[in-house]
Amino acid sequence: MSKTLFDKVWDKHVVRKIEGGPDVLFIDRHLIHEVTSPVAFLGLKTRGIKVLYPERTFATADHNTPTINQHLPVADPLSANQLKALEANSKEYGISHWGLGHQKNGIVHVVGPEYGITQPGATIVCGDSHTSTHGAFGAIAFGIGTSEVEMVLSTQCIMQPKPKKMRITINGTLSRGVTPKDVALFIISKLTTSGATGYFVEYAGEVFEKMSMEGRMTVCNLSIEMGARGGMIAPDETTFNYIQGREFTPKGAAWDKAMEYWKTLKTDADAVFDKELAYNASEIEPMITYGTNPGMGIGISNQIPDAEQVEGGVETYEKSLNYMGFNEGDSMIGKPVDYVFVGSCTNGRIEDFRAFASVVKGRQKAENVTVWLVPGSHIVESQIKEEGILDILTEAGFTLRQPGCSACLAMNDDKIPAGKYAVSTSNRNFEGRQGPGSRTMLASPLVAAAAAVTGKVTDPRELMEELVG
Amino acid sequence: MAYDKFNILKSSAVPLSIENVDTDQIIPARFLKATERVGFGDNLFRDWRYNPDNTPKPDFVLNNPTYSGKILVGGKNFGSGSSREHAAWAVYDYGFRAVVSSFFADIFKNNCLNIGVLPVQVSPEFLDKIFKAIAADPKTELEINLPAQTITLTSTGEQESFDISSYKKENMMNGFDDIDYLQNIKSEIQEFATHLPL
Repeated sequence: MSKTLFDKVWDKHVVRKIEGGPDVLFIDRHLIHEVTSPVAFLGLKTRGIKVLYPERTFATADHNTPTINQHLPVADPLSANQLKALEANSKEYGISHWGLGHQKNGIVHVVGPEYGITQPGATIVCGDSHTSTHGAFGAIAFGIGTSEVEMVLSTQCIMQPKPKKMRITINGTLSRGVTPKDVALFIISKLTTSGATGYFVEYAGEVFEKMSMEGRMTVCNLSIEMGARGGMIAPDETTFNYIQGREFTPKGAAWDKAMEYWKTLKTDADAVFDKELAYNASEIEPMITYGTNPGMGIGISNQIPDAEQVEGGVETYEKSLNYMGFNEGDSMIGKPVDYVFVGSCTNGRIEDFRAFASVVKGRQKAENVTVWLVPGSHIVESQIKEEGILDILTEAGFTLRQPGCSACLAMNDDKIPAGKYAVSTSNRNFEGRQGPGSRTMLASPLVAAAAAVTGKVTDPRELMEELVG
Repeated sequence: MAYDKFNILKSSAVPLSIENVDTDQIIPARFLKATERVGFGDNLFRDWRYNPDNTPKPDFVLNNPTYSGKILVGGKNFGSGSSREHAAWAVYDYGFRAVVSSFFADIFKNNCLNIGVLPVQVSPEFLDKIFKAIAADPKTELEINLPAQTITLTSTGEQESFDISSYKKENMMNGFDDIDYLQNIKSEIQEFATHLPL
């Protein structure tokens, strides 16, 4: 029978099917961090059980970590306590631990792929909804709750019903200034934040085929924001070139054997999806959000829609615009900006900093904005330095912080103050997400760069003309 | 973690008609720093419930003594966003045993089922009826019958059935969790692991 990419990977991992219930799914790789794992370890202790395959779990600290002065003790006692718990639990159960100060420390969804833990055809879970990121490699990857973290630690399995399948195809060529982030925000704006709930998405078509691994990770990362459990892209030469030679990828004969298998990981020509959607690349322009969920996005040159033009209740829509201090019909161009945040598991990779630098090069940071540039890992941090990007940033008046989740969810000290506006390359513009009372506009690194040098919402294409000619 | 068995729940309900209630509202990230599962109910809907100076916001439904009960009724797409199980813990620890909505976000729903909060998905029309009935009489009772998979507005007798897998239903009715199940098939899992493609 013809199968989709998703079927092929899922079916290979089903230990047992329960009638009238979920599948027991084997998990190849398990990533943990300090926030969603401690209660799972407590559960193990209470039940008196061990970790079944400690070599399949990897721990990194990211959500709580400071992004300056990482060599100093963590000031917040609660954060410090969680970091200590991760270290102690990892040690007790024999799990690799990349804590604060470790060379491999960084955002879990950035370091996983960097060290080759993420591989095609694998099942990967983590107590974090943006685990969908790893689907960029043709893996089935998704976020789980703490009860499930405990299940994976104790039995390397979780129990879930098989989701429905959706394919989103985008053909054509992306216009100038349109990045993978814009592609994702465009799709979410079409589908809403619940449009893909119950589905696992495969992204297909020329746009994704031509996209770099970093770009594919950005797109798959945001799958959860349309409600999908995860998203994936069939592995190809781009994928294989990225993973070859990384620490945890197979070597020698094992690599050849793996390649033979990985090359079979694509949707069969006559495989059937429960839902198919198609768009053309030319429909997409640089995007920005104006509301309090990631589905509330528009092309940057557009105006905020009227309540009757959008799906959902008027009361909810008005609450959202009130929170943002915006009105129906407002133009987004020229909106005030107080903070710019570049980073997160969505846009904290080297390409994102290259894009940011391409716009700010030869310009100066606007005086009215505070800008936080946070690499996703030490590898990204090193690349920024080695490629000369840091020099460009420094000349333009910017400084670089140290790796971590930072202002994406503001669990550390990187909080946007109440009432302030932030253009952010992260993934969620929920009320208070970046700090109590903060107001977030999600956008690409190019839009963030344009805001950082003009001090307001600006179409980055206006600043790119001279560079592209 | 053990939870109370769920059978038939008859209770008044707390209405929250906003749509797309996300997990950052249910429990903001800054309250995720505990290493034990304690006190999350105190911070349920923290920023909708309290001012920055920690005084209660009188307009928020949880601060309105008119409304109470073990059932939370939410607008469409309840629980969107993060995978934090803390959101489901906060709902449970506050004292809710069921959440009723016309649509749930996937991970939140799954987390609820894993910790003993019953997500009850009803039609948009029935959800609207519930909100209207509570608006007319805050003491309106709902009866959620898990064995029969029905939810009833007791004042009018109007009823809908809801879906739940037979496996999860049995778990909820007995207070079992998935780890109990998985522990029992560990040797089968270990055998399976020897035949993985890579």
